Amino acid sequence: MATNVQSIVPDAASAASLPKQPSQAAERWRAFCRRRAALVALVILAAIVLACIAAPWLSPYDPYAGNVKERLLPVGSAGHLLGTDEQGRDLLTRILYGGRLSLLSGIVPVMIAVILGGGLGIIAGYFKGIVNTLIMRTLDILFSFPAILLAIGISASLGPGISNIIISATIVFIPPIARIAETAVKEVKKEEYIEAALSSGAGTGLIIRFHVVNNIFSRLFVYSTTQIGICLMLASGLSFLGLGVSPPTPEWGFMLNNLKQVIFIDPIVTIVPGIFIFITSLALNIVSDALSDVLDSKG
Amino acid sequence: MEHILEVTDVSKTFPLRGVFGQSKGGVSAVNGVSFTLKSKGTLGIVGESGCGKSTLARLIMRLIEPDQGQVRYKNEDLLKLGGSDLKKMRKRIQMVFQNPYSSLNPKLTILDNVAFPLWANGTGRAAASTQAYRYLDAVGLPKSYAAKYPHHLSGGQRQRVAIARALVLEPDIVIADEAVSALDKSVQAQVLNLFQDLKKEFDLSLIFISHDLHVVEYMSDDVMVMYLGGVVEKGPKEEVFANPRHPYTEALLKSVPSVDLAVRKAPETVLLKGDLPSPLNPPSGCRFRTRCMFAEARCAQNVPALVEVGEGHHAACLLVHEGMAAVQNL
Repeated sequence: MATNVQSIVPDAASAASLPKQPSQAAERWRAFCRRRAALVALVILAAIVLACIAAPWLSPYDPYAGNVKERLLPVGSAGHLLGTDEQGRDLLTRILYGGRLSLLSGIVPVMIAVILGGGLGIIAGYFKGIVNTLIMRTLDILFSFPAILLAIGISASLGPGISNIIISATIVFIPPIARIAETAVKEVKKEEYIEAALSSGAGTGLIIRFHVVNNIFSRLFVYSTTQIGICLMLASGLSFLGLGVSPPTPEWGFMLNNLKQVIFIDPIVTIVPGIFIFITSLALNIVSDALSDVLDSKG
Repeated sequence: MEHILEVTDVSKTFPLRGVFGQSKGGVSAVNGVSFTLKSKGTLGIVGESGCGKSTLARLIMRLIEPDQGQVRYKNEDLLKLGGSDLKKMRKRIQMVFQNPYSSLNPKLTILDNVAFPLWANGTGRAAASTQAYRYLDAVGLPKSYAAKYPHHLSGGQRQRVAIARALVLEPDIVIADEAVSALDKSVQAQVLNLFQDLKKEFDLSLIFISHDLHVVEYMSDDVMVMYLGGVVEKGPKEEVFANPRHPYTEALLKSVPSVDLAVRKAPETVLLKGDLPSPLNPPSGCRFRTRCMFAEARCAQNVPALVEVGEGHHAACLLVHEGMAAVQNL
């Protein structure tokens, strides 16, 4: 090697002993922690999720067994931190048990929609032409319905039940996620590293795996975290309308529906499940907002 | 010297479609370009932005399919290849792209960016990494950079990585498409010298595309000047630079600013008038005539062919055809 090259950069042997580069994940975690609001939201979210998972160990009460004598106790009563519902069941216990289903029906549809919608979007964005038209126009038909109407329609035709809620919410979230993925793929395809990969003789599968998925992932991830909060509310809304779980199973939307009958007797207790829906989706939105800043900052 | 690459009459017109898919003519990006690349030689291609230099590079690489023409690499027509033959051929010609900020995958480490072409050709991960280390070393990047991501690197360092990636498949020909245009002048020199060194070390033939005449003069053995998709002049570097025969080449050379204090005078006459005409609707006859200060009525009717004006020196101008003194006495 000629001299002009060696003069520019330090010798390879001495440079090899330099400290290892911090990984991208570690860098981003530090950037995330600098955002106080996001950190607080993440802690709240983690607390809610863990409490729901640990419900049987945290609560001494049976979520199904009511006590007629203790109906509609106010928030802050002795032994019943959040009061009791119209059948005298401990509200906090039911919130914790109900959160399992609510969170599940918020996260699972979005996860499935990311896999299916993301896959469709990548195929549509990468291949363009007739494939793109076929996939995207079909999804546009679904997209043209208002989300809640589509979900009600699908849920109503499938019948009530938590699995049907998950199915209908999944179908609602596939088109927007596919649309995001398709746009992102089209942008990535313009980059020169795709041309470089093509000119090295790489096949489509390899290019999609290493160059496309890698580079659209953060956008897809950020968008779908914002959708979890919306999906949670959608699923709760469907349960509220009676399309979700059947009594006496606790679920936040469904509890809200039951308690609305007593709104004039004890308004505070009535809105407790609503407050949990609100806090959870707010925390999700703050976290995903911070994630989008952190993940997008470095391309 | 034998020729490693022979390009004959390559053309590409991008069709334009209206809202309802009806044809609305086309953009003639590359129009009947022919040239040869000497084995272990360097061909510089110059021209203004939009003259089809980059499209020509992508046609040779078959990143874009040409409409017509031949690209013969060691007597094999690359444009007729398909499937696995095409894949094999692609390894022989590699490209360094213009923008080092877009040509590296930001989500892969430097090492993986360089190793990817090897994965694509079936080399195992471990062997590919070993090989990638070798080429990172060859372009002068220390081992510690291997685990970094492109955003940790400067433009010049990124371009070194891009060069390592182009070399890792051990190609015979490297096409550098404006490879130093995005870099600072000081870094440009380093990268140009790196190209020169690597060319010797790995016995490469280079096609060096640039709009910068200084860069092309420094790098090339042969020079080809393009205007609006066509070749207007080509020949040995010394010939073309010392004795330009086409008015466009002349104008380009005169418009280059010089840092030499002895050369103070600004060109007395404006040699290039107006802007590059739209390739959507190129001028009839000689495509350069709308901006040529010697244009005559016949230039609008006749398309000038490339004629030999010196040893290996060709120019496409009607005035040169007839041995007109005007161009030479400029």
